[in-house]
Order: sequence, then C-alpha cells, then structure tokens
Amino acid sequence: MLSVEGIHSYYGKAHILNDLSFRIGRGEVVALLGRNGAGKSTTLKSVMQLVRPRSGRVVFQDSDLVGAPAFRVAKSGIGYVPEDRRIFTDLTVMENLEVGRQPRRDGAPVWTVEQLFEIFPNLAERRGNRGKHMSGGEQQMLTIARTLMGNPLLLLLDEPSEGIAPVIVEQMAQTILKLKAEGLTVVISEQNLHFARVVADRAIIIEGGEKKFDGSFAELEAHPEIRDAYLSV
Amino acid sequence: MAFFFAQFLTGLANASSLFLVASGLSLIFGVTRIVNFAHGSFYMLGAFVGITLMNVLPGTVGFWGAILLTGLAVGAIGAFVEMVVLRPIYRAPELFQLVATFGVILVIQDLALMIWGAQDRMGPRAPGLRGVWRIFGEPVPKYDLVMIAITPFILFALWYLITKTRVGVLVRAATQDREMVGALGVNQAWLFTGVFALGSALAGWGGALQLPKGGADLLMDFNIIGSVFVVVVIGGMGSLPGAFIAAVLISVLNVFGVTYLPQSTLVLMFVVMAVVLIIRPYGLLGREEVAGEHGQVGAPETPIRPYGRLGQTLVGVLLLALVALPLVVDQFMLILLIDMVVFALFAASLHFILGTGGLVSFGHAAFFGGGAYAAALLVYHLNTPMEIAFLFAPFAAGLLALGIGWFCIRLSGVYFAMLTLAFSQLVWSMAYQWRGLTRGDDGLVNIWPSSWLSDTIPFYYFTLAFGIGGILVLRHIIHAPFGYALRAGRDSPRQAEAMGIHVKRIQHTAFGLAGLMAGLAGGIFVFSKGSVFPTELEIGASFDALIVVFLGGVKTLAGGVVGAGFLTVIEDWLTRLEYWRLLLGLVIIAVVIIAPEGIVGTLRSRWAKLRGHNEEVVK
Ligand SMILES: Nc1ncnc2c1ncn2[C@@H]1O[C@H](COP(=O)(O)OP(=O)(O)OP(=O)(O)O)[C@@H](O)[C@H]1O
Ligand SMILES: [Mg+2]
Repeated sequence: MLSVEGIHSYYGKAHILNDLSFRIGRGEVVALLGRNGAGKSTTLKSVMQLVRPRSGRVVFQDSDLVGAPAFRVAKSGIGYVPEDRRIFTDLTVMENLEVGRQPRRDGAPVWTVEQLFEIFPNLAERRGNRGKHMSGGEQQMLTIARTLMGNPLLLLLDEPSEGIAPVIVEQMAQTILKLKAEGLTVVISEQNLHFARVVADRAIIIEGGEKKFDGSFAELEAHPEIRDAYLSV
Repeated sequence: MAFFFAQFLTGLANASSLFLVASGLSLIFGVTRIVNFAHGSFYMLGAFVGITLMNVLPGTVGFWGAILLTGLAVGAIGAFVEMVVLRPIYRAPELFQLVATFGVILVIQDLALMIWGAQDRMGPRAPGLRGVWRIFGEPVPKYDLVMIAITPFILFALWYLITKTRVGVLVRAATQDREMVGALGVNQAWLFTGVFALGSALAGWGGALQLPKGGADLLMDFNIIGSVFVVVVIGGMGSLPGAFIAAVLISVLNVFGVTYLPQSTLVLMFVVMAVVLIIRPYGLLGREEVAGEHGQVGAPETPIRPYGRLGQTLVGVLLLALVALPLVVDQFMLILLIDMVVFALFAASLHFILGTGGLVSFGHAAFFGGGAYAAALLVYHLNTPMEIAFLFAPFAAGLLALGIGWFCIRLSGVYFAMLTLAFSQLVWSMAYQWRGLTRGDDGLVNIWPSSWLSDTIPFYYFTLAFGIGGILVLRHIIHAPFGYALRAGRDSPRQAEAMGIHVKRIQHTAFGLAGLMAGLAGGIFVFSKGSVFPTELEIGASFDALIVVFLGGVKTLAGGVVGAGFLTVIEDWLTRLEYWRLLLGLVIIAVVIIAPEGIVGTLRSRWAKLRGHNEEVVK
C-alpha cells in the first residue's frame, strides 16, 4: 500500500534521512522504532510531505507523493497524527473534529462523530470544551479522532504513547487494536518497545536516519544485540 | 443633549465603513499573517468602482445593487492579487510581504489614476434617502441611520460566518496552525485566497457604502490606512468585536473632535491609541501575538563581516572620488549628490534598526521629517543660527524616537510595523494641522544655511562630512558590542536575555539612535532645500526609505547606501514618466518574488556561488 523508496530528507543543510526504504502492506500495523533523534518523526513527515524528500520516492497506491502539497497527501487517504499533537486549542472538540472531516473514501473504514465518541468516551463528555482546557491524554485522543474524521486508509501515528499516563497508554493500545480490526493500516513511531509489541505486527528500526532492522518482533527478540544497539530500553 | 445624541449618531454612521475595512484587514491578518498595507487601496477601489456602477445602474435597486457588486468586484481583484503577489511569498520574512503589498498600493494608485483620472469625485446620494430625519429636533441624515442599522447585520453575518460555518472553523484553525490544517486535507491555498477575497470585499464595501457621505479620490488609500491601523491596534488584531468597538470609539471621537477641537481631529485618535496601548499593549480585546514564524527580515546573516582589504580599498577610493568630485562636475550634479548622500544616511539609519535590529519600522520618515521640522521651526520662529538649529535636528529626532519607541518596542513584528506607521501619521498630522506652528501644507520656507555654507561646494562638503560620517558611525556601531547585542536580540531574544542582555532596552536605544541619524539626515535636507513640507513626513516618504533598504538588500549596510543612490537616480528619471508608480510597484513586486535578497544581497550570493562557497550538497 505504501512504499518508501530511497528517500533523503534534510532540514536546511542537515542530512537527516539517508536512503531510507520500506514497504507497508494493506492491513498491517508497523512500528517505527528508534532512539530520540533517530529520524522517526522525520520519516513520517517525509511521507506526509511536511518535509520534502530531496530524492527518492514515496509511492502510495501507485502514485508518487514526493512534491505534492500535504493536503493532497491527506486527500489521497493518509491520516497523520503529529507527535506534538497540534490540536487547535481555541477550537472546541467538535470544531477540531470538523476540521478533520473529509468525505468517505472507498475501501477505508468510515468514521462518524458518534462512533469516535464510542471509542473515546472522554471526548464525548467534553465535546463543547476548547482544546486548551483538556488534559494531555485527552488532547492525544482528540488528535487521533480528528485524523480519523478524514476516513484515512493509512494512519501515521507519531508517538501516541508519549507523555500520557500508563492507564491511558493501555487504553491507547486497545484503541489501536480496534482500528486494526476495522481494517486500517497503521504506522506507529514509538520508543516504547512494550507498547509497540502489543499493537504492531512488524518492527522497523532506524538510527541516524538509516534503516537498521526490518522484521517481526520474534526476529527482534532472537537478536537482542540489535535491540541493545539501537533502542534504549 | 439632543445635539450630543445627533453627534453620536453621526459617529456611529461613520464607524460602519471604518469597521468594514478594519474587519477585512483583521480577517486577512488572522489567517495569512500578512498585514495587508494595500488594504486602503481596496477601499479606494471600492469607492471608484462604486461610483462607476451607481452611474450605470438606475434607481434604488441600482444603488444597492451597485454596492453589492462593488464588493464582489473588489473581492475578485483581491483574489487576483493574492494569487499573483502573495502566494509565492507566504514563506518569506514579514518585511518582504509588507513591501510587496506596498508595491500593490503603487500599482493600484496608478491604475486608478489611469481609469478614473485625477479629479476627486462626489459620491451620488442614495435614492430615497436624501433628506434628514429629526431626532429630538436635531437633523440626522437618513442615510446615516440606514448605515447605523446595517452595521449590526454585517457584524452578525461575519460573526456567524466565523463561528458557525465550516469555513469559519477552518479559518480559525488556520489562524492557529495552517500546516496542520493542510495535513488534515484542507487546501489552504484556496482558503487563503478566499479569506483574502472576503477581506478585500469588505474593504470594497466600506469604500462604496461611504460614497453618499463622501466620495472618491486618489488619497483615500493612505488616508484610511492610518485610521484602520489605529482601529485594529486599539481593538486588538484579529478580534472582530474589538474592531467594532474601536471603530465606534474612533469615529464618535472624531465627530466630537471636529466640533470641539477642530485643530486636532487627526491627533486625537492617536492619543486614544496611545492611552489604550499603555493600558493594554495588545489592544482592548487582543491577545499577545508571537512574531512572524518566518522571521521578520530573513535568515540571520553571518555574524561578523568586516570588509576585507579589497573592500576597504574600494570604499576608500569611492570616498576620495566623492571628495574630488567638485573639481570636475557641475552644480546640478553636486545637488543630486547631496540628495543622494542625505537619502543614503536616512536609508542607513533605517537599515540599522531594520537589518541589524530586526525591527521593521514603517514610520521612519517621522524622524527624518521630524529632524527637518525641528531645525526649521527654530530658524523660522526664533531666528536661531543655522549651526545650532542643525545640531538640534538629530537631537530632537532622537528624543522623538525614544518617545515613540517607548510605545512601539513593547510590541514586535507586524504590530511594531503598524504602530510605527500610526505614530508617523501622528507626527504628520501635527505638521499638517497645527498651522499656527508649522503653517500646515504651506510648509516652512526660507530655511537657508549660514553664509559660509551658502554656496553649493561648501555645502556639498558639509553634507559629505555629516552624511558619510553618520553612515560610518552606524557601521562602527554595528560592529561594536552594542551591535552584536542588538543582533543577538534579533536572532534569538530568549538566549540573549539568558546571556544578560536587556533586549528591549537595547532595542529602544537602537531605535533612538536610528531616529537620531534620520534626524541628522533631515537636518542636512532642510538646509539643502531651504524648506520643509508635511510631505516629508508622509507614509510615502517612509516607504521610499524602506524600498531603498529593501532593493539594496536588508542584510548589508552597503545595500542601503547603494539602494539610495539607485533610487535617487532612478526616481529622477522615473518621476518624469506619467505612470511611474505603476512601474515602480511592478518592479518592487518582481524584486520581492524574484530577487528577495535585494540588489547587493543577490550580487553577493551570486559572487559567493561563483567562488563555490555556497554549494549545497544535493544528491
Ligand atoms: N525542524 C528541525 N530543524 C532542524 N533539525 C531538526 C528538526 N526537527 C528534527 N531535527 C533533527 O533531525 C533529527 C531527527 O529528528 P526526528 O524528530 O525525526 O527524530 P525522532 O526519531 O522523531 O526523535 P524523538 O523520539 O525524539 O521524537 C534529529 O537530530 C533532530 O535534531
Ligand atoms: Mg519524534
């Protein structure tokens, strides 16, 4: 469904992603692992075209996204949840969801506000509240719900477990499994190996903007030296 | 009592078109983060287009239909401007955007001149609303009451659009985080164009609606923009209710001002603004804003860049040439050179605060003209000897800058730009309206230098000494610890504060210093011309300096100097053409889009590229 082929991404002159390639199949949940500064967020942004890869291709459903404006990437069916949440703090919960709303899309699960409120009951209670009056965990749920309003085929989640309470992390894992059950394809950037193992089928490890490992968690377990070298546990 | 009430109603009626224009500006700024200096031009277009349409369409339906169509037409023009001029530069630093919108002002001025001619037009009366109604015995024009009645509907319609519709939600979301809105699948380009069109349409409606009370002329654009900035600053940028309250406040005040303080109507609104800003720096209903996300004047330059041996030699040779010139050139040339040096010093002082200080001042003419007026007033009223009056010019301008700076420095980014512009309008309106002191637009004349300087050649050397001297002093300061501290404050205020630099105080001092140098230029100017008029204080004069700095390149002091030379020569040639503003405006827009580093800046990067310094590694 998504195939990233040899991308190089930069911030100004800093070369961040170096010839990175991977593929994501339909219905898969893949964890993108790596230490702080490894380039996980940059990878997701490069798919989203929020960072333009200077070379390489990002092929989604047979078309190359490189160079397209971000809104087109979103319209083609990729939903993006940024790591810093970026909810619209002046807008209410309902309005935040409205910004994310897109027409339904063939082959993708369809989400309504009511369905999302079932998955995220906290949001239902706070539907009239402004974003800035919500807790970190609630904001995190709101960003995910907001992106789901776009009825994406592929969901890019950047560190959904970061900075939220363990109970909520648990809830978040359940949510992601629910999304998977709905048939959604998901790429999660994570530092939390345990969380990743619960929700994902496959792991891709990057370090210094290069891919170091790509395989199942069973394989990863069989090679503890990889884990020790590239992940901080 | 009844008279008061009638006055109040007139104020309310005037407020409605001011509010329309101000709300458009606010809306555009909220989403695009661009302060559209050309907003007054859309207001002016609204007036002219409105008159034309009203002449074509008959009757009551025609009148109101014309107003409606005017808004749509001006909105379409706005959309065109947004797509052609602004779209390429949303990521550019604020200064570039401001300068580009100024280019638009020039273009629209000349196009309006071409299409409608130079005569002022009276607005047609609204059919069926010609007379007055008596309220408590006082006559109130019927049209005024209709405007008062319309305004709440407009306010409501805007409020509804912004708070209740999907478009409104998207607009508010984009105001906060446009990139995220894009990442959620919204085509921001169209959102921006739409908002810009709506904002322009509001300005156009404002221009058309005021027609029966006023008319259309080619000065409307600058005349309204000062008031609109005041309204937006008082109300709080981006707040519609704020704009409404402020528009009412200013308009009502104005009406009473005309009755009771006819000498100071223009000054009055600035006094109110100053008071509001002292109490609430971000306006009545405004919130603290961060500076532009792409920086105000571009990427930080390399920290220290003294000239090499070659550069120093070149500058030395140039100076020698300037000193030797009177031996070879005629008087006309010397006078042109004096103009150039004066302008170069003025531009260098602006460059200092803008390039090194990172503060985009849009009212720098206040200090140039302020210095000129300070010297001229002494000579005119007190017969002060020229030498003393001349030295008073920079002194007075410096003090003025410290005073104005006290208000402006507290804000940053576009707020700073708008505020400096508003204050320069204040200084202008004093020179214009305080006839007893300044003789208004008759100007102060017969301000000649002492006899030892009365010939052109001695005055030329006098100009060289103070003009070049001033530029060198500025250059010295830029490369002194004070200059480094100023830059630190520009590039990373937080870090600078952490290092113990009192950023605001440094900026305030620098602002005063820039004012002082501009005043020095003004002092030379007034004695070289023998007169001074309010035109030296106009928005246009501030913009001239900005354009010079911009054309030359913001990042180099040499840029300002080269730009000044360039513009003096070009202007001499250009102003002989009938539609020179159109040309200049197009050039400015083109430079912003194509060569955003300015003349010297672009040459410098070309040069660096040639020498292989600037190579980026791209695989
Ligand atoms: N806007 C930026 N400008 C310049 N450099 C950046 C920017 N964002 C990230 N970087 C750098 O790029 C590298 C990769 O950053 P990235 O955010 O992709 O890492 P990450 O794997 O997501 O880390 P984390 O787990 O901390 O979120 C880092 O070295 C970081 O310092
Ligand atoms: Mg990250």
